[in-house]
Amino acid sequence: MPDPATAPARPAVPLERLGLTDTVSWGKAAATMWRVMRIGLQTPWQVTLALISTLLAAVFQLVIPQLLGHAVDLTQGAATGDLDAQTALWWTALAVLGVSILRGVFATFQNYFSEAVGHHTGYRLRLAYYDKIQHLSFGFHDSVHSGDLITLGLLDIEGARMFFATGVVRFVLLFVLIGVGGWWLLRIDVWLGVLALSFVPYVGWRSSQSQLELRQTWLDLQERLSVLSRVMEENLAGTRIVRAFTAEAHEMDKFRRASTRALDLAHERVDLRVDSTAAMTLSFLLAMSAVLLVGGLKVRAGDMTVGTLTAFLTFMTILQMPVRQLGMLVNSVARTSTCGARVFGLLDLEPSVSTAPGARDLAITGPELRFDRVTFAYPSAPDTPVLRDLSFTVRRGEIIGLIGAPGSGKTTVAQLIPRFYDVTAGAITIDGQDLRDVSLGSLRQAVRVVSQDVFMFTTTMENNIAYGDPWADPDEIETSSDQAQLHAYVDALPERYRTVVGERGASLSGGQRQRMSIARTLLLSPEVLVFDDSTAAIDARTEERILAAIRAGRDKRVTILVAHRLSTLADADRIIVLDRGTIAEEGSHADLMALGGRYRTLWDLQNRSFGDRR
Amino acid sequence: MSGEQEVERHDVREDGRRPPRAVVGSHRIEEEMFGRVFDPKILRRIWAFVKPYRRQVQISVMSVLIFTLSQLAIPMIIRYAFDVGLAPGAPAMALYLSVAAFAAAVAVNYASSMVQERSVGKVAENVLFDIREAMFGHLQRVSQSFMDRTEVGRLMSRLQGDVNAMQEFLETSVVSVGDLVLLFGIVGCMLWLDWQLGLLTLSILPVLFLVRIVWLPKAREAFIAAHETNSVTNGALAEAIHGVRTVQGMTRQTVNATLYADKAHANLRTHLTAAKYAQVLVPVVDTLTGLSMAVVVVLGGAMVLDRTLDVGVMVAFLFFIQRFFDPVRSLTMQYSVMQRAMASGQRLTEVLDVPLTITEAADAVTLPDGTPASVEFRHVRFAYVPGQPVLQDVSFRVEPGQTVALVGPTGSGKSSTMALLHRFYDVTGGEVLVGGHDVRRIAKASLGRQIAMVLQEPYLFTGSVIENIRYNRTDATEDQVIAAARAVGAHDFILRLPQGYDTILTERGSNLSMGQRQLVSFARALVADTPILVLDEATASIDSHTEQDIQRALAVLLKGRTGLVIAHRLATIRNADRIIVLTGGRVAESGTHDELMALGGHYAGLYRSGHASFDDRERP
Repeated sequence: MPDPATAPARPAVPLERLGLTDTVSWGKAAATMWRVMRIGLQTPWQVTLALISTLLAAVFQLVIPQLLGHAVDLTQGAATGDLDAQTALWWTALAVLGVSILRGVFATFQNYFSEAVGHHTGYRLRLAYYDKIQHLSFGFHDSVHSGDLITLGLLDIEGARMFFATGVVRFVLLFVLIGVGGWWLLRIDVWLGVLALSFVPYVGWRSSQSQLELRQTWLDLQERLSVLSRVMEENLAGTRIVRAFTAEAHEMDKFRRASTRALDLAHERVDLRVDSTAAMTLSFLLAMSAVLLVGGLKVRAGDMTVGTLTAFLTFMTILQMPVRQLGMLVNSVARTSTCGARVFGLLDLEPSVSTAPGARDLAITGPELRFDRVTFAYPSAPDTPVLRDLSFTVRRGEIIGLIGAPGSGKTTVAQLIPRFYDVTAGAITIDGQDLRDVSLGSLRQAVRVVSQDVFMFTTTMENNIAYGDPWADPDEIETSSDQAQLHAYVDALPERYRTVVGERGASLSGGQRQRMSIARTLLLSPEVLVFDDSTAAIDARTEERILAAIRAGRDKRVTILVAHRLSTLADADRIIVLDRGTIAEEGSHADLMALGGRYRTLWDLQNRSFGDRR
Repeated sequence: MSGEQEVERHDVREDGRRPPRAVVGSHRIEEEMFGRVFDPKILRRIWAFVKPYRRQVQISVMSVLIFTLSQLAIPMIIRYAFDVGLAPGAPAMALYLSVAAFAAAVAVNYASSMVQERSVGKVAENVLFDIREAMFGHLQRVSQSFMDRTEVGRLMSRLQGDVNAMQEFLETSVVSVGDLVLLFGIVGCMLWLDWQLGLLTLSILPVLFLVRIVWLPKAREAFIAAHETNSVTNGALAEAIHGVRTVQGMTRQTVNATLYADKAHANLRTHLTAAKYAQVLVPVVDTLTGLSMAVVVVLGGAMVLDRTLDVGVMVAFLFFIQRFFDPVRSLTMQYSVMQRAMASGQRLTEVLDVPLTITEAADAVTLPDGTPASVEFRHVRFAYVPGQPVLQDVSFRVEPGQTVALVGPTGSGKSSTMALLHRFYDVTGGEVLVGGHDVRRIAKASLGRQIAMVLQEPYLFTGSVIENIRYNRTDATEDQVIAAARAVGAHDFILRLPQGYDTILTERGSNLSMGQRQLVSFARALVADTPILVLDEATASIDSHTEQDIQRALAVLLKGRTGLVIAHRLATIRNADRIIVLTGGRVAESGTHDELMALGGHYAGLYRSGHASFDDRERP
């Protein structure tokens, strides 16, 4: 049995099912990196400047040890041509200063422009990601954990966007420093050059290996820390239940297990990191002592000048840091190819519901809504149809009630009308036009659903009500708020419609949220209005007033009320009783009561607890 | 970008104007990131957490010192090798000796860096986890009223962000000791090697300090701005993901994409500015390094030519200069780390110092098994905020085995009554008795064995179904769990879950329906098997079918127990032995359904008006 304190935060199934996995082939990795690079190339000047600056900065950096070596030789009576030694030293000093300044300036350009390319890449990826998320259909969002999408949008984009700086630019820098610098050393003295460079392969290998290990353990650590966060968050949010069961000790225990698991790995990472950096420093210093010994013997033998030995040693100190970065280069490649693959995997998804090519805008004459032998199964469970062969018609001015047991398909009907999903078989038409043949934008402007769950945006009350029409003027907002029986409440708030609500604002009760959602929808005066059990948390008297407002506006539209409280539907023109996706009963309240079937049973059941009201 | 040509009514207008009533994401209220550099009070608090590891800290500081000395030794040995080992005619032994010394320094360097970094890293991690554990443990004991008024998100940022800032501080502190020693060591070595050349070279050092002091506040402003726009942009993305169904239902995609692009672009700009600030010091450091090296080349070179300076000294100077600016950089960085740590430390101590108001009395009693499970409120007064009484002189008694229904409008004090029974809060006046003892004199664990609670919102934890039903009764057998689930009618649906009782429930049980969650929480209360059961009935509308299941489960749950139910459903109320009507914090009416109906008071009025629920009628 999985330990709740240590089980992974959630099964990682959904993203894998979408092919957004961590496994990548070399070919795919290369393609991903090239694609990241192509986004970077949209700022060609910055890319060019970064690369040129990198080259120059590296070259100037290589010149410094030679100048210093030359200076030392000058003090040892080296030939200075026409100049006396003192003047030559002056010129050398000036050169050291000039080259240092140039290196600094170009290093700045290198860093700045490569960062800038990374930020531009991130900016472009973010915009594309945001837009894609907005357009992917409900079927997609049902199947993916929202936390995974946030991680993808934050961490994976972050992982991919820096490729130019951490991968490309660093590669150029290391290539010049190690390649050109090494060639220069070997040219001066092969054996000493080999000794001076002897630490490079080891450090390169070691840092690559440890970077990959650190990356893996970092991912593991994040997983363990997220489990720990979950344990803490659930405890703090559920503090009443913890206290109700006097489970503080149990919770502490859960916390300690999760905490220890994370701490152990954190310790492991410290060891991993320290072992590798210490080993790298050791190999570097050992190479240096070998150079000192062999070079010293050569100087003694007169085969080498003191200045050249100084240049060798200085060069080694310059090379030390970049060589360690070989590992970061490897890490960058690994990171970009996995993160990038996940991001692009999502960006390449096509919404399963979208406007067909050549589709026209919906033209409303009635409106008349018709379900014509509609069968539907959710994409996540294609074998279990939720609606079977369902047909009904609603005409302008009509109010239709839909009821049924949980799972009978009421909400599904509501969600098919604005095409949040496409029907599996059959067709839904409005004024004879198949929903799939009209543009999605025009359809959704005509059809509005007040859903069960209300999403509040953290902004003012008026911004929330005007969510569908942010150009609405205050009068319109107030009118629809009044129709939804919300106005009196908002009016009593200190800042009225300017009151900030939502996650970090004033909190609304369930009924207030539902009324806000109704106001939001009424503001848009849709031609097809669907209430998906959206008055459940509103008390009977207020609900009655809202229904009166809906009845008043019925003439120009089609109205569908989905409910499980039968009193909501009492005034509907027609009531459809759904049972496992088909129509079990249909008729007016009086018809259905007379029929004595399911509706009647449900009516009796619900009114038993209503005392002697009816 | 999506390739769809949607016609949208509420587009951003052609003149580029944004809709007046549209925003994406919300502006976060950021906390103070930086505090005073040095706050002895907070440092003392931090030290209390470090103290258990003081041996490791001592070892770390020792090895940092040794490590720094070995770093200083290396150029000095090179100098010796150059001047003694390479001098024409000097014995070869001198070179071998220097190389041997070099190798020894390398070995010391290796060993001390291993010891230092390992122990520093681990101590910092340990302290981080210890602080977190202390805070988490403290939060288990603080009063419920503190938890009520504190956002979970805020506490989480204490437990994560602020604790991490402390870790960073601890790690860098020990390293800073090394940097400081290194800096003084380099200065000392240079002056010792040649004080004149040393002074000249070092005269450049203060320039960097000055430049950094001017640079720091401006750079920090740029970094904070980048940090803020980043969290704003991320917040907008999170909102788009969570609210995607509303966005699509309201066809806000185009407007939102434009507004998001505004935010992302602002974020790009602040990041480019921050990048400029991050880079602007690079050429300064390079110039100063170049200048120092030029001084050594010209003056040092001249001195070598005059034979007043050994060439090895000149070489050693060049090596020292290359190491020179690193400690300056990290020391000025430490300044920001300190400030951040003090601000975080301040917030951490605030949590750790939340007073414990509900504590166990020293002479608290443990109720023996079989204590008659009676509940009594005697003249109870209670206020969350002094001067705003919630309960005023509430008295009633529930005999063992009885079920009492509490009804009344929102704000009448029902939930407070229930909370007082389990001592979530202490009464302001009067007393609450369980089994004849004042709850303030009963040991916490003992009270826990007497009372189980079912809350209005069924709260489940991530973990398997069986773990959730067991909860803290970890010794409950599988058979007991299954029996409880059967009794409340949850067994059948649990078996239909993909892995039955081992199915992992995701966040708060979101993969179960509301009714199913309710039943699991009933099973959990049944496994707890306490003589007293307190139940806050769900107001959330549940469909009629599930409601029947829940009523049946309730009957099972209350059988043979003393029950205190905040009732919303008439079916529950009618089945109670007694009904207490609370209004405005007082007992207005009390009796059986028939008695209250005969009384013709508040209850009868509500009942006749035919509302499904007696309360939570929203105020107009």
